Amino acid sequence: MADAAIQLIDIDKRFGAVHANRSINLSVEKGTIHGIIGENGAGKSTLMSIIYGFYQADSGEIRVDGRPASITDPSAAIAAGIGMVHQHFMLVPNFTVVENVMLGAEKSPFLGAGIAKVRAELKRLEREHALDVDPDAVVEELPVGRQQRVEILKSLYRGADILILDEPTGVLTPAEADHLFAVLRHLRDEGKTIILITHKLREIMAVTDAVSVMRRGELVATRRTAETNVAELAELMVGRRVLLTVDKGSAAPREVRLSVEGLRVRDSRGVVMVDDVSLNLRAGEIVGIAGVAGNGQSELIEALAGIRATEAGRVALMGRELGPQEMTDPAGLRAAGLAHVPEDRHHMGLVLPFEENENAVLGYQREARFARGPLLDRAAMRRDAAEKIAAYDIRPPDCRLKTANFSGGNQQKIVLSREMERDPDVLLIGQPTRGVDVGAIEFIHRRIVEMRDAGKAILLVSVELDEIRALSDRILVMFAGRIVGERGPDAGEGELGLLMAGIEEREAAE
Amino acid sequence: MDAALAINIVDSTIRLSTPLLFAALAGLYSERSGVFDISLEGKMLIAAFASATVAALSGSAWAGLLAGVGAAVAFGLVHGFASITCRGNQIVSGVAINFIAAGLTVILGQSWFGEGGRTPPLTGDARFSDKVLPFAQELSGVPVVGPIYSGIISGQNVLVYLAFLLVPATWWVLARTRFGLRLRAVGENPAAVDTAGISVAWLRYRAVIICGVLTGLAGTYLAVAQAAGFNRDMTAGKGYIALAALIFAKWRPVPILFACLLFGFLDAISIRIQGVALPGIGTVSVQFVQALPYILTVVLLAGFVGRAIPPRAGGVPYVKER
Repeated sequence: MADAAIQLIDIDKRFGAVHANRSINLSVEKGTIHGIIGENGAGKSTLMSIIYGFYQADSGEIRVDGRPASITDPSAAIAAGIGMVHQHFMLVPNFTVVENVMLGAEKSPFLGAGIAKVRAELKRLEREHALDVDPDAVVEELPVGRQQRVEILKSLYRGADILILDEPTGVLTPAEADHLFAVLRHLRDEGKTIILITHKLREIMAVTDAVSVMRRGELVATRRTAETNVAELAELMVGRRVLLTVDKGSAAPREVRLSVEGLRVRDSRGVVMVDDVSLNLRAGEIVGIAGVAGNGQSELIEALAGIRATEAGRVALMGRELGPQEMTDPAGLRAAGLAHVPEDRHHMGLVLPFEENENAVLGYQREARFARGPLLDRAAMRRDAAEKIAAYDIRPPDCRLKTANFSGGNQQKIVLSREMERDPDVLLIGQPTRGVDVGAIEFIHRRIVEMRDAGKAILLVSVELDEIRALSDRILVMFAGRIVGERGPDAGEGELGLLMAGIEEREAAE
Repeated sequence: MDAALAINIVDSTIRLSTPLLFAALAGLYSERSGVFDISLEGKMLIAAFASATVAALSGSAWAGLLAGVGAAVAFGLVHGFASITCRGNQIVSGVAINFIAAGLTVILGQSWFGEGGRTPPLTGDARFSDKVLPFAQELSGVPVVGPIYSGIISGQNVLVYLAFLLVPATWWVLARTRFGLRLRAVGENPAAVDTAGISVAWLRYRAVIICGVLTGLAGTYLAVAQAAGFNRDMTAGKGYIALAALIFAKWRPVPILFACLLFGFLDAISIRIQGVALPGIGTVSVQFVQALPYILTVVLLAGFVGRAIPPRAGGVPYVKER
């Protein structure tokens, strides 16, 4: 293929037990914008880091312009004409734009002549690509959109013909994102090749010429953007896994335990992530929230757990409306009978350097059963941990082991056992089986159904559509912060996929 | 205060500022690269000992200088290995070096020379002597310019001139060279340097080596130029004062010059007013006067620095992110 700007052949990469990239084959045509889409953790960023020389592939070959290229480190990638705009900008915050652009590409031991060259070059690039930015501005004082422009200019100054952008719109406002797309189109028309990594379908449809879908380390499909649609991509992203069957009887829902009305949540950038969400959660039922990652599910569950401030809306727990103080008091909510299994166990669910028994009581360590006067009752903690280890088959069965040394599935069981054994009335569960092996998935699913049968109210958030379908008694679909539809557990995958892609309910029904 | 006294005080201010200047500039290179260094003190001490020993044995001040610089660089590389390659805690490593230097100099000094940790006194070519610049004698009669030239500028040793020349040189290196640009970048955001295809570790090692060379000059100055030989703990906290000057100056070379001159001036004054009866106060105790520079250091750092923002990546070992 002569017109491939970059070609990946059988790229394979493992990090310990995680198989991040499984024999990836990809060919990106010269002068096109090629999207790479996939859920978080699908292996997109790892693949791009391999192209940029940040990591070495365990096996496989990279070809640039048809010739095999050995990209051992970023400087080799730069020499091969590859530039990368990282998700977290690689800028020196207190440097000026000029200094940032020339860093690593100074061309001479002394800066004098280089500075003039950078200025001239910046002016040219600004004229050609509408990338205007004040060369003497200090980077940290620029808005994020401008900082990203500096990153693009950095790559162009180094003579990049292939530009990789990793989740470039994650930090941008919609207007900034639109401007970025205009710039990217212009660069493509100038003959540059652009690889755009994202998990947002809208962006793929808006700006790319071709798109590859990654799922769990594999590149599952490549399509011309014109020949595909949002629904197909959503389905490819979420994937059809071997159907997980969970043995469960029909639900016997009773009284409403958690009721939410008109909830609105903004994220740190001020973007509305949860928009006018209302739902009722009853005792004895599992309500699943389906959606492509990034459509507000995370913010919803965090807001309900009290760890994210809400802007508007009412929440009632056990029939009692919560005051604004109570809504942001996770400890109070716990005491009131709400338990939360956070989506990201490493950052929010566990303290990895702690011993297993310490994590097993985390959040409940003030309770009388773990206290001996002002001190912790270590013996009681270990007894409690040992019981949970036995009940949840946590391996290895050693409550003194550092939590970091457990596998992902067992870490998740530690969190689940902690929250479930507390016997809560309402249980919020985020991504219960992310990064968990198949055996543990089955066990976790069974426990969740047992909790339901014991009369708990369970709200389940998962990006695994199969999981939602297997466990839920009712399915709510979120798109762009709103609940766009409710379906029964027997709803078809295609039907849910359309809803998740934001296609109107009416159209979906047809 | 008469003119002669003023000249005298300025002269000793310069002499006393010199080791601070070397050490503070040394700290600047290391810390701007992101490697915090509280072992300036220890490196100065080991350099003072090594230079005095070699100068005494060889009879050459220049051989002493070489030994001093070599010893400080060796200690600097230990700090570099601990904090760059092994990603250890930079404060702990620095403290360890200070302890080792304090103990080692006394033990080796005692076992080699048996004079309670002293090295043999240096005379003649084994010391850096004061250089009288051309026309100093002839110009001394000229009003104003004469005394300043012959009393202050002339008659210093070669290391003093070097220390003061290092200030503009350092400014130039930081602002106008590729190395300086990268050095400043690696102390702020090493990931940016790494993705630009530059080795973070090699850059930081170079900074640590420069720091070693400059602390070596500082220590050598103390033992082989200012004094005539080494005695135990002769740095007497100068490394820490240099560190204070570095923070006071917010890690910038020209303000470092003024900070060091200020601390040197306080030192010079304290020597002057010992035993002098001040009007209204009487004779101030020697201990208080000697403590004055240190007290002022604390006061200045606590009250007058404002927000001193250290290099953002300072103290943090660089680990590649996934």
